Amino acid sequence: MLKIKNLESGYGKLRVLRRVTMHVAGGEIVTIIGANGAGKTTLLSTISGLLKPSAGEIAFDKQDISRTPAEKVVFLGCSLVPEGRQVFSSMTVKENLVLGAYVNYRRNKRDRVKTGLEKVYGLFPILKEREKQLAGTLSGGEQQMLAIGRALMAEPRLIMMDEPSMGLAPLIVKDIFSIIVRLREEGNTVLLVEQNAKAALGIADRGYVLETGRIILQGTAEDLLSNKDVQRAYLGRDLDTETTL
Amino acid sequence: MNFDLFFQYIVAGITYGTIYAVVAIGFNIIYNATGIINFAQGEFVMLGGMTAVTLLRYLPLPAAVLAAMIITMLVGGLIEILFIRWLYKPSVLRMIIITIGLSILIRETALHIWGEGVKALPYFTGTSVSSIKLGGVFISPQVLWVVGISAVMVALLNIFFSYTITGRQMRACSVNRDAARLCGINAKNMVTLSFMLSAAIGALGGCIVSPITYVQYDSGTPLAIKGFTVAILGGLGNSVAAVAAGLVLGILESFSIWVMPAAYKDVISISILLLILFVRPSGLFGSKEAADLKEF
Ligand SMILES: Nc1ncnc2c1ncn2[C@@H]1O[C@H](COP(=O)(O)OP(=O)(O)O)[C@@H](O)[C@H]1O
Ligand SMILES: [Mg+2]
Repeated sequence: MLKIKNLESGYGKLRVLRRVTMHVAGGEIVTIIGANGAGKTTLLSTISGLLKPSAGEIAFDKQDISRTPAEKVVFLGCSLVPEGRQVFSSMTVKENLVLGAYVNYRRNKRDRVKTGLEKVYGLFPILKEREKQLAGTLSGGEQQMLAIGRALMAEPRLIMMDEPSMGLAPLIVKDIFSIIVRLREEGNTVLLVEQNAKAALGIADRGYVLETGRIILQGTAEDLLSNKDVQRAYLGRDLDTETTL
Repeated sequence: MNFDLFFQYIVAGITYGTIYAVVAIGFNIIYNATGIINFAQGEFVMLGGMTAVTLLRYLPLPAAVLAAMIITMLVGGLIEILFIRWLYKPSVLRMIIITIGLSILIRETALHIWGEGVKALPYFTGTSVSSIKLGGVFISPQVLWVVGISAVMVALLNIFFSYTITGRQMRACSVNRDAARLCGINAKNMVTLSFMLSAAIGALGGCIVSPITYVQYDSGTPLAIKGFTVAILGGLGNSVAAVAAGLVLGILESFSIWVMPAAYKDVISISILLLILFVRPSGLFGSKEAADLKEF
């Protein structure tokens, strides 16, 4: 579904990603783990079209999207839940969700907007309760649900999430991760970026380890979980702050 | 001071205040879309008035006003596409210089087209001396036109931003540009649209006020200063507060004539502007909470 080859990207003169090669097949949950500053957000920003790569290829469903701007990538069926939620804080929950469905407005499929809303409210009943509330007044967990819901409103085939567990209480993280599993069961494909390596590998099929802009390891989730280097660098430390599922 | 005179001052204050508010709303729309102050906003007001005066030779008044709005709107859009759209993440300073440059460019172009002459649209109904009796005092019908048309415009704008998909998209872009793009919204088009909207609103303001204040190639600048003061006073980006702030400034100015020579009228707005910038940059009506919710 998503194929990336020798991708290089960064900010101005600062090169962050170096020859990143990876892929995501349909129906998979793939996770990218790595420490703070490894380049995970840069990678997702580049795939989603917010950043332009300086070299390399990004193919989505065999179509080259390396030069496609963000507002067009969504139309192809690839949505990003950005790091730090980035909800439209001064707009209501419902307005946020409706804006997420802009893709369907443009295609003149208003009925899909309504079914999308129902689906998101089914997934996150709390959002239905808070429908008329300003997004900025929601709790962190609710904002994360809204950010995921907003991305789902575009009915993407591939949904990318940038650290959905960041700053959330363990119980809420558990909720969010079970939603991700559920999304996959419903036929979605998920690319999940996490610092919370244990939780992410716990639900993923495969994983990549990103370090200073390079992929240094890849494999099935079980392999990575049992890998000595991964255990030492990403699982061993701070065991008590990690969420167990 | 007797009641009649007092009332006249109030009416004059409301009239000018309404216009200041209209100019301020133009500032706010572009500020919300781009985070910059468009210093050419006053020129849109002038262009609207001038164009309508010229078109009046060929068209009836309402059509001339409407056509002037459309033409100014196209000019606004064109300016954005030619001078601003292609800039990659311009700095605030660069944008200030560009919009000041644009204001000079528009003014000089207007000077070439229309000369230095002072022009005015006719009163929309009646003449400069006709008046309507309202609760024991007489006011010019044009005052009612100014206030009425502005009120309708503000109401329509509110509906546009709250309930239409395009209005919501523009708001989304102003809250969080990247997140809006991730929803499939073309942020660059929204900026062009904001220039077109501001230009049209400015032009309408220029038309309705021109019978009272007249219009000249350089009459945009003082209006821009007043409008800017009002926009700051109300809290940048907040159009409802701009209406209140506009009325405050208009009425203050109006009563200032009572205590000091009319020539010092403009001192009021400049002093208010400086005072606000020093003491309360978030504006008179800008709440801290709202400022926190905004992301810039
Ligand atoms: N907007 C930016 N401008 C310049 N440098 C940035 C920007 N965002 C991130 N960086 C730098 O890029 C590198 C990778 O950052 P990022 O992709 O955010 O890492 P991660 O998401 O893995 O924590 C870091 O060194 C960071 O300082
Ligand atoms: Mg990150």
